[in-house]
Amino acid sequence: MARTVWDSTVGKKTVMAVSGIVMLLYLVAHMIGNLKIFFGAGEFNHYAHWLRTVGEPFMHEEWTLWIVRVVLVVAVIAHAVSAYQLSRRDLRARPDKYVHKKARTSYATRTMRWGGVILALFIVWHLLDLTTGTVHSGGFETGKPYQNVVDTFSTWYGNVIYIVAMLAVGLHIRHGFWSAAQTLGVGSRTRDRALKTIAHALALLLTAGFLAVPVGVMTGVVS
Amino acid sequence: MKLNLRVWRQKNADADGAMSTYEVDGISPDMSFLEMLDTLNEELILKGEDPVAFDHDCREGICGACSLVINGDAHGPERTTTCQLHMRSFEDGDTIDVEPWRASAFPVVKDLVVDRSAFDRIIQAGGYITAPTGSAPEAHATPVPKPDADLAFEHAECIGCGACVAACPNGAAMLFTSAKVNHLNVLPQGAPERETRVLDMVAQMDEEGFGGCTLAGECATACPKGIPLTSITGMNREWLRATRRAGKR
Amino acid sequence: MTSYTAYTTGEPVADTKAPAGPVHERWDKRRFEAGLVNPANRRGKTVIVVGTGLAGGSAGATLAEQGYRVVQFCYQDSPRRAHSIAAQGGINAAKNYRNDGDSVHRLFYDTVKGGDFRSRESNVHRLAQISVEIIDQCVAQGVPFAREYGGLLDTRSFGGVQVSRTFYARGQTGQQLLLGAYQALSRQIAAGNVEMHPRTEMLDLIVVDGRARGIVARDLITGRIDTYFADAVVLASGGYGNVFYLSTNAMNSNATAIWRAHRRGAYFANPCFTQIHPTCIPRTGDHQSKLTLMSESLRNDGRIWVPKAKGDTRPADRIPEDERDYYLERIYPSFGNLVPRDIASRAAKNVCDEGRGVGPGGQGVYLDFADAIKRMGREAVEAKYGNLFDMYQRITDEDPYRVPMRIYPAVHYTMGGLWVDYDLQTTIPGLFAIGEANFSDHGANRLGASALMQGLADGYFVLPATVNDYLARNPHQDEVTGEHPVVQEVLAETEDRLNLLLAVDGDRTPDSFHRELGELMWEFCGMARTDSGLRKALERIPQIREEFWRRIKVPGTGEEFNQSLEKANRVVDYLELAELMCLDALHRSESCGGHFREESQTPDGEAARRDDAFSYAAAWEFTDTGEAPVLHREDLVFEYVHPTQRSYA
Repeated sequence: MARTVWDSTVGKKTVMAVSGIVMLLYLVAHMIGNLKIFFGAGEFNHYAHWLRTVGEPFMHEEWTLWIVRVVLVVAVIAHAVSAYQLSRRDLRARPDKYVHKKARTSYATRTMRWGGVILALFIVWHLLDLTTGTVHSGGFETGKPYQNVVDTFSTWYGNVIYIVAMLAVGLHIRHGFWSAAQTLGVGSRTRDRALKTIAHALALLLTAGFLAVPVGVMTGVVS
Repeated sequence: MKLNLRVWRQKNADADGAMSTYEVDGISPDMSFLEMLDTLNEELILKGEDPVAFDHDCREGICGACSLVINGDAHGPERTTTCQLHMRSFEDGDTIDVEPWRASAFPVVKDLVVDRSAFDRIIQAGGYITAPTGSAPEAHATPVPKPDADLAFEHAECIGCGACVAACPNGAAMLFTSAKVNHLNVLPQGAPERETRVLDMVAQMDEEGFGGCTLAGECATACPKGIPLTSITGMNREWLRATRRAGKR
Repeated sequence: MTSYTAYTTGEPVADTKAPAGPVHERWDKRRFEAGLVNPANRRGKTVIVVGTGLAGGSAGATLAEQGYRVVQFCYQDSPRRAHSIAAQGGINAAKNYRNDGDSVHRLFYDTVKGGDFRSRESNVHRLAQISVEIIDQCVAQGVPFAREYGGLLDTRSFGGVQVSRTFYARGQTGQQLLLGAYQALSRQIAAGNVEMHPRTEMLDLIVVDGRARGIVARDLITGRIDTYFADAVVLASGGYGNVFYLSTNAMNSNATAIWRAHRRGAYFANPCFTQIHPTCIPRTGDHQSKLTLMSESLRNDGRIWVPKAKGDTRPADRIPEDERDYYLERIYPSFGNLVPRDIASRAAKNVCDEGRGVGPGGQGVYLDFADAIKRMGREAVEAKYGNLFDMYQRITDEDPYRVPMRIYPAVHYTMGGLWVDYDLQTTIPGLFAIGEANFSDHGANRLGASALMQGLADGYFVLPATVNDYLARNPHQDEVTGEHPVVQEVLAETEDRLNLLLAVDGDRTPDSFHRELGELMWEFCGMARTDSGLRKALERIPQIREEFWRRIKVPGTGEEFNQSLEKANRVVDYLELAELMCLDALHRSESCGGHFREESQTPDGEAARRDDAFSYAAAWEFTDTGEAPVLHREDLVFEYVHPTQRSYA
């Protein structure tokens, strides 16, 4: 069965839909956590520390975090590999372009492809910036996430990268959520409006929620 | 009307093609697009040139033979087949680009003619109900609820023209395949082969080299028979169901 | 250049296959008496089927299911595109689901009467019997017929009959039935039982030792001409309405398969019986390439009229009521606009000939819904005819809710075709003709919703049984190969013909000849025919033919995809078939069904059938191009339905 799924275009789309939803759920949690920054360094740092101790005493320190990380890595890889393979296939299926070009064609496809690439690059930067601190702008200090975040958003490029990425997230979710629903077969004529509304709402909510942080730093609400 | 045509010319499958420019004059707005091409071809023959090859047959919008991309749109600017498109949809002096369906699964045969036999092979893979002649029960033995019958009909309207593939940025045949899957799977007569049908047809669709679906929706916009995009969702549902069941066996 | 108006008369021809006895027992009896081929031996038998419409598609699928090796051909790029797909109205079947008094016998009766007593009773009765099984078969295949809320099949009354026996799938019944047959065929292709050759056109028949043993066909993509051999050949290549250039047939529908078979010895029966449908959209100019039919149900509520004055070019709404001539209501007060197809068609031609036609070229009459809209309201009209009005508007760019529709008759169906016996076998043993390609069931006029019924009856049920019998009775046939002198000869003739077409390099296109022939046929062998007109046509056709071979221009070569060459080769055959149609029309000096001879009218101007002299099917034997053919009569016997004269005044 796994083979059937992976070998089929419809199956690969299913993999993308499921992994996409996993990531989407993660993003919702991530976004809610981010908002803690507006309640001061104490609460935000406390929350960040809690992430490492979730599940104790049943789990050892960071076990839960690592489980989440593994699940996410699997989801990202599955999503990206499927997307890459499907895109390659799609380009092969349409090698010759029409001489008469039209602007509107493949709008969704293009935003998904380029949006996905942008997001992949962003995740790398994001991890190097705020998880490992490798490319962090200020003096990165483990255990001081509040300060690290403020540092990042005190640079112009930190803001630009982040804002562009979050807009990409919004666009990606807007088509991706609805598309996943179709791939998983839960769409229908009667549900279509509802699904599109949810997709738009989710996209808007997540983009706005994530953007609140750099905006907060830039406006001095968070410092 | 006087028109400037830019038409894709390609001698055969192996040759390189290019757009050639032709001028046609005295075109009546009442002509169909294909009658306009007929006029061009009559002139070309008399000049001793090779007329433009294009597929066409019934010229009443039902056989699915005609297949032109006109100014970037499969079947042109109206939602109908090329044979039912009339020149009144254009302006005097327009330049019109005419190209064949483009997809690697639909190789060009000559000029505007492409090979759509991949569609036939998708149907051969499972787009039927096994009901050998003489084996049928009395027609009224199995009533079919009217909404199901209407839904089946809506999908059965597909004429197999390939506009969905031509319009899809990925050259996908999802709408064509899903129309047949939905038509047959919604009917009680199609139930015994419900799972094998969708699995086999999707596998054949992939085998033919069609692209995957990114739900861009261009197919449903181009479809002259109005097969809805939800048809694809329905097929995905059937495919997942069949895969789950196959996994249990 | 030779022309003919005379013919010689040969031995009568008779059907020897239908068993004697009560008509309703004949088919069972025939099937019981038929020989059977051992299932194990069927794989070794090859049957060629030409065409993939309702008849060919269903025949190919069924023969393959039975275990024969089927080699099938169509000129289209896919078997799904055959022109059966364009049939709109429905399919008749004597199911009597409505309990409205229908029965096999009534369908049989209606069909014989509707055919104006020029069909064979045995065949028609079998058709009515089988009609019932067709619906079962199609439903089992998943054909989405219209249904009622209870989930059972809906039916409607069609073509003026008193019972509701027509099953339908909106206005696309032909499409849905064809796709059903195509899917059954596809299953057999996938199973390896049918070798399908799309884009391959039959160009000649191979007859060895008096039996049909194969065909010559051209691959339309590569241009390669090949021979294919078989134990039996089935022609399901459709009708020949395209002789008229403008018709409701598909552009590429053609007569080559049946005409070439005729040249090889198959008799051609009743070629002059053509059906002209009254409610088509008129032509808009010389560029017109084909005509589109609209369901004749429109005549239920629309009123047909033309201006009283000749050459009245005012728009319809400027012509006051008292200056309009509702001619059908005037001439036929009791039936009015609902007179049969042939009468409505002829009346339209008459008023247009008088110079009172409307629209471009004066070739049209109004079909006006103003009164219907006033009476029923626009919404009711929309609900009933919305899709037809939309279709009309798309083609003409006129809004039929505001201005009256314009209609004109067009060639729609050909009742004539290759002569076949009860087994659907032609006069060449081993050559069968089914569907519109044969002449069998509709006599001189076909009833609405009967063509689909006949095509499927022939393909699903009749032919598989009778081919079985033929192969059982001829178990061992010598193998035929490409080296056989007959095969070499047929192949060479075909190649020569195509090479000649390419070599003339004249100054006229294939279409220009086709159009000229079509106009001539429409004028003299169309809705109304006269002795002098037909003689004129018979004089003119050989001249056109001679000019054709002098001035035809076909660009390109034969070794490539060459649509001009395909077309030119079809016109070659139209130019010969047209002549036979005119001769048949000339010799049949009675009026019957779709064949109206102006000399044979009743005092009130109706068709006068002459059963004393013409109660026969005319089966013509080919002699040579431009030479008089030989007439073989098949006398028709009516034991169950007794001939009566129609009256609609």
